[in-house]
Amino acid sequence: MSDIRPGGPVIAPEETPVPKPQKKEKAAKPASLWSDAWHDLRRRPIFIISLCIIAVLALMALWPSLFSSVDPFNARTCELATARQGPSTGHPFGRDNLGCDLYARTIYGAANSLVIGISTTVFAALIGGLMGLIAGFFGGGVDSVASRITEIFFAIPSILGALLIGSTFRDSGWGIWLVVAALTILGWPMTFRIMRAAVITAKSQDFVVAARALGAGPVRIMFRHLLPNALAPVIVVATINLGGFIAAEAALSYLGVGVQPPEISWGLMIADAQRRFLEAPLPLIFPAVFLSITVLAFIMLGDAVRDALDPKLR
Amino acid sequence: MAIGEKILEVRDLVKHFPLTQGILFKRQIGAIKAVDGVSFDLHKGETLGIVGESGCGKSTLAKVLMALERPTSGSVMINGRDIGRARGAELKRMRRNIQMVMQDPYTSLNPRMTVGDIIGEPYEIHTEVAPKGDRRTKVQELLEVVGLNPDHINRYPHQFSGGQRQRIGIARGLALQPEIIVCDEPVSALDVSIQAQVINLLERLQNEFGLAYIFIAHDLSVVRHISDRVGVMYLGKYVELGKDTEIYDRPAHPYTQALLSAVPVPDPEGREQRERIILQGDPPSPANPPSGCRFRTRCWKAQEICAEEEPLLQIRPGTGHESACHFAETHDVVHVN
Amino acid sequence: MLPVEGGLGNEPLLAVDNLHVEFHTRAGIVRAVNGVSYTVDPGETLAVLGESGSGKSVTAQAIMGILDMPPASIPKGEIRFKGTDMLKLSEEARTQVRGQRIAMIFQDALSALNPVFTVGWQISEMFRVHRGMSKGDAMKKAVELMDRVRIPAARQRVNDYPHQFSGGMRQRIMIAMSIALDPEVLIADEPTTALDVTVQAQIMELLAELQRESQMGLILITHDLGVVADVADKIAVMYAGRIVENAPVHDIYRAPAHPYTKGLLESIPRVDQKGQDLYAIKGLPPNLLELPSGCSFNPRCPYRQGNCETDVPPLHQISGTRGSACHYWREVLDGDR
Repeated sequence: MSDIRPGGPVIAPEETPVPKPQKKEKAAKPASLWSDAWHDLRRRPIFIISLCIIAVLALMALWPSLFSSVDPFNARTCELATARQGPSTGHPFGRDNLGCDLYARTIYGAANSLVIGISTTVFAALIGGLMGLIAGFFGGGVDSVASRITEIFFAIPSILGALLIGSTFRDSGWGIWLVVAALTILGWPMTFRIMRAAVITAKSQDFVVAARALGAGPVRIMFRHLLPNALAPVIVVATINLGGFIAAEAALSYLGVGVQPPEISWGLMIADAQRRFLEAPLPLIFPAVFLSITVLAFIMLGDAVRDALDPKLR
Repeated sequence: MAIGEKILEVRDLVKHFPLTQGILFKRQIGAIKAVDGVSFDLHKGETLGIVGESGCGKSTLAKVLMALERPTSGSVMINGRDIGRARGAELKRMRRNIQMVMQDPYTSLNPRMTVGDIIGEPYEIHTEVAPKGDRRTKVQELLEVVGLNPDHINRYPHQFSGGQRQRIGIARGLALQPEIIVCDEPVSALDVSIQAQVINLLERLQNEFGLAYIFIAHDLSVVRHISDRVGVMYLGKYVELGKDTEIYDRPAHPYTQALLSAVPVPDPEGREQRERIILQGDPPSPANPPSGCRFRTRCWKAQEICAEEEPLLQIRPGTGHESACHFAETHDVVHVN
Repeated sequence: MLPVEGGLGNEPLLAVDNLHVEFHTRAGIVRAVNGVSYTVDPGETLAVLGESGSGKSVTAQAIMGILDMPPASIPKGEIRFKGTDMLKLSEEARTQVRGQRIAMIFQDALSALNPVFTVGWQISEMFRVHRGMSKGDAMKKAVELMDRVRIPAARQRVNDYPHQFSGGMRQRIMIAMSIALDPEVLIADEPTTALDVTVQAQIMELLAELQRESQMGLILITHDLGVVADVADKIAVMYAGRIVENAPVHDIYRAPAHPYTKGLLESIPRVDQKGQDLYAIKGLPPNLLELPSGCSFNPRCPYRQGNCETDVPPLHQISGTRGSACHYWREVLDGDR
């Protein structure tokens, strides 16, 4: 029976097909980290719910007229005589201190919250991410200097810092972009730290050594090898921070150094309503509820994304 | 396989890692002497095995050969040029001639890149090797050469088993058609039944492309199987260097003899009679190696001269190959009498 | 009084009988162990040989009762220590058997030792907790034990922390802890895989000596065919959660009766031979989520016939001490060896 034994070494392409460690991959689309994560996310109720909330909010921000026929920027829609009226037909949330339609103002307030939240997140991620990538990759003196700078920023109490920036440049006429700038300046060190740590972990891996042995330059190593492997935690933190930035915007507007009238913002509305809260709680409650739901939606989204991208963190 | 002309010449290679103290004002308080004066040649189509235990400097040696670490002194001449001194474009050009296969198939491939991107990366870095349009075909050819399905070009590393990933790593090393491949423990992370597949593949590729291997491993059986010549390292130095039969059948250095006698033979016949030299203790720290002969602290032949005078790697009376022992004497420890 | 006392006539010291272990995961049920049986007697060394995923370690963890349940579960089987099925004992009674009567050492000694306590404290804890000794007496016993496992200068080193020891010394400390309470069975799970070959020889020699002194039954779990040939009395070869062959050590190396064992033996290079062609077992170990129908080894087997894909081969009794789970064990035995 010895003739059954194959002669000589077997190095022909393995006849057994590539094993199917995950059954679902049999559909054989290339399974990258992101497609795996997407596959995982699609089946998470938390992710679906937060995504739906964010989609509605985005619609509100882009086409508020879809939700409200009243234009809150038009002063004629406000009647002082009806100030603080309760909900009625055509004015489902009632009216605020100046007699303006509360529902329309709440809807129109979404735009500023989202623009500020998203822009701040993007800028903070870009600045912090790039600096973290450079500091983590080069290490040594570059890293020491960059890390000391971020520690200085970390030492500034955020609200105090934002107040300072906001009140100093109050008359610059930058509008909401002043808020974005203030929050970005205080927000980027967080991304920096996470990116730097992720890059340092990735840098010691063998595939980076292999790329160096091939003759890859620093730019290729940073953007082709390190960045894609360090991106996941940064995206997670950015999503969670987005909620935080929206809340911070409300706080600054409430304190009078954020969005300025006649712009509309939930923080401003809360500040306005707070003066007469005891006699008319609704003008405060509605924007506050919208604010909380928005912040929560982004934090839940961030949580779900983290679980999908890195199951080990669970 | 015919052994051709000399393509790699390593002379007095030294790599020390400074040990520093203090945070702001660093001062050097010593050095880890990872590689401390190593010389050898490598010829076209030849396999030089390098064995030794952890901490003997064999992995650092691989890094210096690959110009991933700069040597402290000494030279690594590839076809007459010193890669240890090369910079910029010259270094990049020289890298085309020396590539590596790494130990861990799980960390040596970027998990965010497809197999096609991983094996094609050498062509993106060295754009002159293959015009853009040909690269995909070349990558598919390479997949076939290493025994993988060329249709799997768009898959990600985690969709492959350890042995298949090691093949991907080998394909990446072959892409630039180097003459020398440094294999750093290429099979030690693989299952026993997969090791043979990879060893056979390496041997076939050597015959097909006339590759020269530096084969670094702690497994003496694997090294014997694949090597034409073998160097035994201890604490940053060669203690013995010779043809595979000389090292395995007629070892002259006590350390080589102890090492060989400790290797378990997969055959229980006569195991009670087999000679075993059990070394006492652990190797000393490479930061503070013993004076004279570095092995003397664990050697049963050690005498005063061993502490005073460092034995050089040279052919000794009664032996046919180089060894670094004052009392070198061949003694077959592997074969049962 | 321990719950298990004395022996029952012919009952072996430890017997694993038709053990099944499953893991319930999101991807499905992983059948890690599918009907494993083996026994070990006092003073005997049983080697359980297998690659990663063969179920060799899971079986040992089931014996020790250190499987996380869930996700693991034991749907069927018995683990008898001196005739008493430990799976039927109360948690309390089982805790007394394991650790005292059955002890285990692991591959990675560094992570098995607690980094914030001195080694002396950790060894002496065994005596304080299980024997109710005073601190001073327990420490004295700890020093004695460290002497017994040949840690040089035990009296001085008893107050050192695990990271201050080398890999080999840490494994000795693990061994000291495991033999502290004079166990009757010692399970060693890849005890030397992380160690250099000369240190491996030291540790294996130590284990053999301790076994001779105390007549422990030793279960050695390993993937290394060389280590097995050196020390084992009998072997159980595992593949995909089953024992595919069991036999006294000399028989199996002289003439394997299962194609997997035969393939493994022909696929490893040997330090005492040169130039043999390495036979490579084709393909990959199976996915435990989707075991092949019939014999798990059939997709990789050169002896495969039609019924191998449909009928699971039982462990055929070849002789009083040998078994092979292959329909064609006669052909394998008569092979060209």
